[in-house]
Amino acid sequence: MVSPQDAVVVGSGFAGSLSSYLVVSGGLFLLGVTCVLVRRNALYVLMGVELILNSANLNFVAFARFGGYGMDGQMVALFVVILAAAEAAVALAIIMRVFNEFGSVDVTRTDSLRD
Amino acid sequence: MPFADQTLLTMGLAIFLVPLLAFTVLIHFGSRLPKGGDWVAQAGIVTSAVLALTIFWNVIVGLYDPGWTWWSAEAGLSWNWIDLADLKLPVGLYLDNLSVIMLTMVTVVASCIFFFSAGYMHGDPKYPRFFAYLSYFCFAMLGLVLVDNLLFLFIFWELVGVGSYLLIGFFHEEEEPPRASLKAFMVNRVGDVLFLLGIIIAWQLVGTLNYPAMFEALAAGNFPDPASRAFSSLSNHQLLTLSGVLIFCGAISKSAQVPLHTWLPDAMAGPTPVSALIHAATMVAAGVFMVGRMYPWFTPEALMFVAGIGAVTALVGATMGLVSFDIKKVLAYSTMSQLGYMMLGLGVGGFVAGLFHLITHAFFKACLFLGSGSVIHAVHSQDMRDMGGLRKKMPRTYWTFLLATLALAGVPCFAGYYSKDQIVANALAWGLSHGAAHWVPFLFASVGAFLTTFYMFRLVFMTFHGAPQNAEKYAHAHESPALMTIPLMILAGFALLGGGTMNPLADVDHLWFNELVPAPASAAAAGLGLAVESAEDVAHHLHSAHYPALFTSLLAIVAGFLLARRMYLVKSTDPAAVTRRFGPLYGLVVNKYHFDDMYGDRGLVGGLKQVNGALAWFDRNIVDGVVNAVGLAGRFIAFVMGLFDKYVIDGLVNSMRTLTRLCSSIFRLAQTGNARDYLTWTLVGVLILAFWLA
Repeated sequence: MVSPQDAVVVGSGFAGSLSSYLVVSGGLFLLGVTCVLVRRNALYVLMGVELILNSANLNFVAFARFGGYGMDGQMVALFVVILAAAEAAVALAIIMRVFNEFGSVDVTRTDSLRD
Repeated sequence: MPFADQTLLTMGLAIFLVPLLAFTVLIHFGSRLPKGGDWVAQAGIVTSAVLALTIFWNVIVGLYDPGWTWWSAEAGLSWNWIDLADLKLPVGLYLDNLSVIMLTMVTVVASCIFFFSAGYMHGDPKYPRFFAYLSYFCFAMLGLVLVDNLLFLFIFWELVGVGSYLLIGFFHEEEEPPRASLKAFMVNRVGDVLFLLGIIIAWQLVGTLNYPAMFEALAAGNFPDPASRAFSSLSNHQLLTLSGVLIFCGAISKSAQVPLHTWLPDAMAGPTPVSALIHAATMVAAGVFMVGRMYPWFTPEALMFVAGIGAVTALVGATMGLVSFDIKKVLAYSTMSQLGYMMLGLGVGGFVAGLFHLITHAFFKACLFLGSGSVIHAVHSQDMRDMGGLRKKMPRTYWTFLLATLALAGVPCFAGYYSKDQIVANALAWGLSHGAAHWVPFLFASVGAFLTTFYMFRLVFMTFHGAPQNAEKYAHAHESPALMTIPLMILAGFALLGGGTMNPLADVDHLWFNELVPAPASAAAAGLGLAVESAEDVAHHLHSAHYPALFTSLLAIVAGFLLARRMYLVKSTDPAAVTRRFGPLYGLVVNKYHFDDMYGDRGLVGGLKQVNGALAWFDRNIVDGVVNAVGLAGRFIAFVMGLFDKYVIDGLVNSMRTLTRLCSSIFRLAQTGNARDYLTWTLVGVLILAFWLA
């Protein structure tokens, strides 16, 4: 039995270790989170969320490829893509409403739930 | 025994309950009945009269027994009004010759007046109510006569007072009647309170209030130990006298004796049939009847008080009758004076004389009042200066009125003669046997007889004789309808025949009333062991007094008649000149001896008002001050307790609130409402968990 960390994929043109995928995925996640936390514009926040989702997708696919779990990871990634599309539609609608309500799409100003 | 006990009880109850039934019907449905329901009242009183006459016929005429009495308790037909372990108040009916005669008199006079009223009150808007009140009054009056104990006599006594009040104030839209009715009611209260006190003392002395039982217990002399009762400083004799005087005080107000007579003249504000029934024939005579009923109870001292009050009333009433120009007021003063005669008669020992005069007087005075009513009905005025010459216009009224006047004056052969003459004879006998101040009643009675004749003929001459003094009223005058004149004739018949004989020299001891209503033995004298004048002595004094008294009376009558004729018929002496000569005296009499002033706003009532003012001041300033101080103290305590509540209790509650607020203000810092902050913290949490778990 080989551990997922050091297994070598055979039979494909692409070689590499799982770690490199995870590093890329982690970088992507950090970029997404930073975007979500730092940007004030709701659209950028939405984009950050997309980045986070895609970093997760990359993880699913990487684990599926190197973990010997068949096509499960790819299936989930496909669902996440569809989910992200739906989420983007809903989120854009919410942003439209926020703009109508507050006159801007600045997420730091939508704090009326506090009261 | 002419009746079974049960029958007699039923009849007795029916006599006074049937008018009550009539009253109940009339007061509820009177205005909806045909003819205003007068026939209901008339049927009621005629039923009573028929029953009373049945008893009269069987007992008085049939038995003719002086000793006849019937007491429901003896027949086992009593009923306990109050029935506690050691307090029983049995109530029943008590009949003797006196009460049977009274019942007959009341129902017959009332029947006449009920029919007369139908004519007199015709067209009055409150016609049904008038008959309701009359029926109610008859119920109370007949109950008063029938009951067998002093307490129920007192209750009915008050009920007749209410009837009198309602009927005096019958024309309550006018100014005078309500005032007069209130006055009558209030003045009677004074006497009634004293009467009740007398009854209470009597109860304490003998422990029963049923007449026969009372007198039996009194005669047996079983008094409670003075130390064990109230008024322990008074001897039994003194207490009995006090009781008698207090009981008589009830009669002073009810029978309009001086000094509580002032309500009677004012009571003439009521409708004239009411004056005839209540203020001449029955209610005012109830006082005399009561004194007669309680006669064995009175000690000689109490009787002397009765005689004194009666004598003063006889004279005072007669003098006030001289100066009034109101036909009804003259008759009212005359009634007062005659009631004085009755009391005088009772007081000087003339039991028979006083009560006989009560019966004869009821008939002829009712006749006089109804006659005056007939005149008032014709001329629509009560002032005698508006009348004159009515003899030709109203012959039936005139002749009946004249008959009754002759009876009242005590002219021989007429009913009043037999009774009044006996009173004068008894007064003279009393003076003869006791001497000194005991002559006063005889003196007053004789002067009173003169004055009575004078004012009555003054009235007759001013009203019926001479030239009409008010031509317009004279022109409209007319004889009253038969409904009114027939009762007058019936009553005048009694005024003529009430003595039972027309022989002026008849032996008084054998008059029907003298034979049937013998004077009862004095239970007071028996119980206290006092010496009583022997029957022979009494008879002797009476016998020697009879002719001198008769002579004096005749002299008084003739003098009175001649003087009245001189001043008011032939007018050879001007009344105005006489009043000028007797100026101060005239002023005194016209002002009613200042009795009304004495009681009025500048007298007793005014004094009471000042006392009340002082009491009100005390109430307002002292009592209210104490009350207010207590209130202020309560307020202060409440204020302190309020502070405790506000700062200690509320403080605890508020500090809990402050604490909660403080804590929450810290925790709520995390609640920014900013989604990014939450996300940040979530991330921090996840990272901590990740590193911790790794």
